[in-house]
Amino acid sequence: MRYLPLTPDDRRQMLGAIGAGSVDELFVDVPKSAVLDGPVDLPGFAGELEVERELGALAARNVAAGSVPFFCGAGAYRHHVPASVDHIIQRSEFLTSYTPYQPEIAQGTLQVLFEFQTQVAALTGMDVANASLYDGSTAAGEAVMMASRVTRRSKAILSGGLHPHYVQTVETLAHAAGVATERLKAAVDAEDAVIAAIDADTACVVVQTPNVFGTATDVTRIAAAAQAAGALMIVVTTEAISFGLLKSPGEMGADIAVAEGQSIGNALNFGGPYVGLFACREKLVRQAPGRLCGETVDADGRRGFVLTLSTREQHIRRDKATSNICTNSGLCALAFTIHMSLLGEVGLRKLALLNHQQALKTKIALSGVKGVEVLTPRFFNEFAVKLSKPAAEVVEALARRGVLAGVPYSRLDPHAGLDDVLLVCATETVTDGDIETFKTQLAEVLA
Amino acid sequence: MSMNSVGRPTTPQAETAAGGFASLTGGRGLLQDEGLIFEMDGWSKTGVDIPEASISADELGDLVRSNPIGLPGLSEPETLRHYVRLSQKNHAIDLALYPLGSCTMKHNPRLNEKMARLAGFADIHPLQPQSTVPGALELMDRLAHWLKTLTGMPAVALTPKAGANGELCGILAIQAAHKARGDTARKVVLVPTSAHGTNPATAAFVGYSVREIAQTDDGRVDLADLEAKLGPDVAAIMVTNPNTCGLFERDIVEIARLTHAAGAYFYCDGANFNAIVGRVRPGDLGVDAMHINLHKTFSTPHGGGGPGAGPVVLSEALAPYAPTPWLTHGPDGLILQEEAIEEAAGAFGRMSAFHGQMGMYVRAYAYMRSHGSDGLKQVAEDAVLNANYIKARLCDLMSPAFPDGPCMHEALFDDAWLEGTGVTTLDFAKAMIDEGFHPMTMYFPLVVHGAMLIEPTETESKQELDRFVTALRALAQAAKTGDADRFKGAPHLAPLRRLDETLAARKPKLRWKPEAPATLAAE
Repeated sequence: MRYLPLTPDDRRQMLGAIGAGSVDELFVDVPKSAVLDGPVDLPGFAGELEVERELGALAARNVAAGSVPFFCGAGAYRHHVPASVDHIIQRSEFLTSYTPYQPEIAQGTLQVLFEFQTQVAALTGMDVANASLYDGSTAAGEAVMMASRVTRRSKAILSGGLHPHYVQTVETLAHAAGVATERLKAAVDAEDAVIAAIDADTACVVVQTPNVFGTATDVTRIAAAAQAAGALMIVVTTEAISFGLLKSPGEMGADIAVAEGQSIGNALNFGGPYVGLFACREKLVRQAPGRLCGETVDADGRRGFVLTLSTREQHIRRDKATSNICTNSGLCALAFTIHMSLLGEVGLRKLALLNHQQALKTKIALSGVKGVEVLTPRFFNEFAVKLSKPAAEVVEALARRGVLAGVPYSRLDPHAGLDDVLLVCATETVTDGDIETFKTQLAEVLA
Repeated sequence: MSMNSVGRPTTPQAETAAGGFASLTGGRGLLQDEGLIFEMDGWSKTGVDIPEASISADELGDLVRSNPIGLPGLSEPETLRHYVRLSQKNHAIDLALYPLGSCTMKHNPRLNEKMARLAGFADIHPLQPQSTVPGALELMDRLAHWLKTLTGMPAVALTPKAGANGELCGILAIQAAHKARGDTARKVVLVPTSAHGTNPATAAFVGYSVREIAQTDDGRVDLADLEAKLGPDVAAIMVTNPNTCGLFERDIVEIARLTHAAGAYFYCDGANFNAIVGRVRPGDLGVDAMHINLHKTFSTPHGGGGPGAGPVVLSEALAPYAPTPWLTHGPDGLILQEEAIEEAAGAFGRMSAFHGQMGMYVRAYAYMRSHGSDGLKQVAEDAVLNANYIKARLCDLMSPAFPDGPCMHEALFDDAWLEGTGVTTLDFAKAMIDEGFHPMTMYFPLVVHGAMLIEPTETESKQELDRFVTALRALAQAAKTGDADRFKGAPHLAPLRRLDETLAARKPKLRWKPEAPATLAAE
């Protein structure tokens, strides 16, 4: 087997050094009844070529986003990632290292994390950021739990524009931990409704902008209302490229900003791995979840970086930890950092505006189709439309015609009574020709 | 010197640099002195050519971000250099043995990277119509089949994103199962003193109080203590097997029986599954739920701290409560059931927005397929053989924490053998860096004083193991013959010397900030 270096002779010699007659003797502590007689009932080993054939055939059965006009968003976004990003993250020193527990021989990873934290803090307009969480949805869950610890209150108010899968993720965690949630009715443009729901029990208000319908909202007023009531303002963003065009959560008064960072540096990957961004005000940092990288000096006084404030974490604090997280999304954070460093502020702003432009063009094109009504008043690169037929059927019909037209809202939330709503996203990867094809095909399907 | 709560020194003692030689400008041969991207004057640069948009965002009015963001850019060649230079300051599996106990740092086949990057896997959206991704669902189903078969368990929840997320999934399924039968009195989770920190953290995170179970002198769960602590208030027990001392829990079947008799469930932390994969099925031991770290046993890359993946296999009793989405076999093929209806009606909820770590599923499946059932059995055998070989080769100089009987996939030493040398476990670990090796896991498990936990994995050759043993023996002899200076100042030859963790925690500096302009500073 190509991954196993020991030869039969090595094994014999090693057993000799150990003083064991056979490898079975090393498994002496396993109850006899539990030791399998032979290999489990699965195929035997396969060469590289054979594995490539099998997986290549499976991959070929999927419609890759890049092969068709593609308009899906709703929490995962197709962007162009420069080739150098994927090259660097495959360097052995990044790919095959682990959590930097030994800082003297992990300065590469640690300095990247310090750059990542700084970039995320800048993008979100917050004081500090951690070294990543699993994804945007779990980051939202962690934020709610943190708000509950900070305020010693046990209710979270979730806006009607919060991605339904984020709602479910937050609720799963919160309810298990005894934190109640009040989710407002799904609405395209009614984030302000959360203000009326705030009460003395409220630990936090969770608002997404741009929200799941694409609507961008200035949450300044909501943040002020939450804070006046002693609650924390949590702002959720699923499309990180929007930070290049829209006012940041920090500028609008967020206490905690969480986001899905996949858009920067990371492929769609059918939903994972992604990278959760988590940023907050400085005074809250000792309640934050996850790893934090900090600057320090070595014994010779040279600058270096270490994981720090680890007395918040599970490996030190155990059942008193702020979170159970250990492994996070290091390599995805690296991809994020490299892509962000390539873009810089100059590139990010251009990229964001280009996204906005392609979405506006798509909106204008679709507005001219009979049976389409645009619902979203202000958006970055995605918007919702109301169709004259059920959106799920339209999407299936368009898929058969070679267009991936977006996400039916009913797929995220089948009980909202919004079966005719389609979520449409256009990034820089969408061409004018794609938009034209989408328009033509949609008109035929709706006719 | 400051210590953290596990008694590990966090402030280095001042020492002079080894050899006293320093370059004039901070470089060190091939190692460049590399600043932060924020210090490279890239405020007006970009390394990506993006077409100018032909519109403005006027219609967004006040929503537009007008203040500077504060993000520098670099051209492509500068970016490559910057990150390649940084990469050279990392240790990695591809460089040398990486014996971090409990982490299973094994070879990462590049075939798996290639497969995960096929457009049909990497460039598909989690919410595009299921009819356009049958190959992806098929891959998930095949992975599920392998995981279920290897563990002898009837069901698997694929979506958890790492080991700790898998623990959470398992505990939530257990909580849901108790709730479903109206048993709401169970508020306690039992955890051995040697457990990973994630176990108590997970249980506490969702509101359980954690009670510790004692360990016997031979490094196993104390059955009498377990029996005394089990009761109608106990929801679950979380046991790692093989445990964090690198030992198989001999009484595992009895532990499961006692747990079930008390009406509780048995969660097994599967971090150490590599030791038994293909040879022992946890399902035959009475386990109700176990996460499998795909980044450990099935070799998806650790990536400097993730991403991982932590699918959880479940017993018949817990399977109905698995979270959404859930893969089912419909009349026309596989269906990803995304709502808690029909077959998934009992689902306790959802672990994350989408379907878990597809990129990791592809890599893990390619790894399993490459090995096959015979190869995976060999994995466990070689992993255990390698660990016992290291233990055997070092036991005359160092003190194994549990000298009697074989270990499983990792060899655990305590620091008794360092007594009187003036050298601590931390010093010894740092000196390993000078010899070219990553230190072992230290000061864990907490139940062993000055613990040194060495996990070589099966992908080390005998030659590399001998090289490692030679280095450790030389260091051990140096420690015992009074060469304490070598250790106190270590590492001498790494990109940096020992770092001041106390300073980092006392005055947290968690991001780069621009220096105050000189004019302001002068005022």
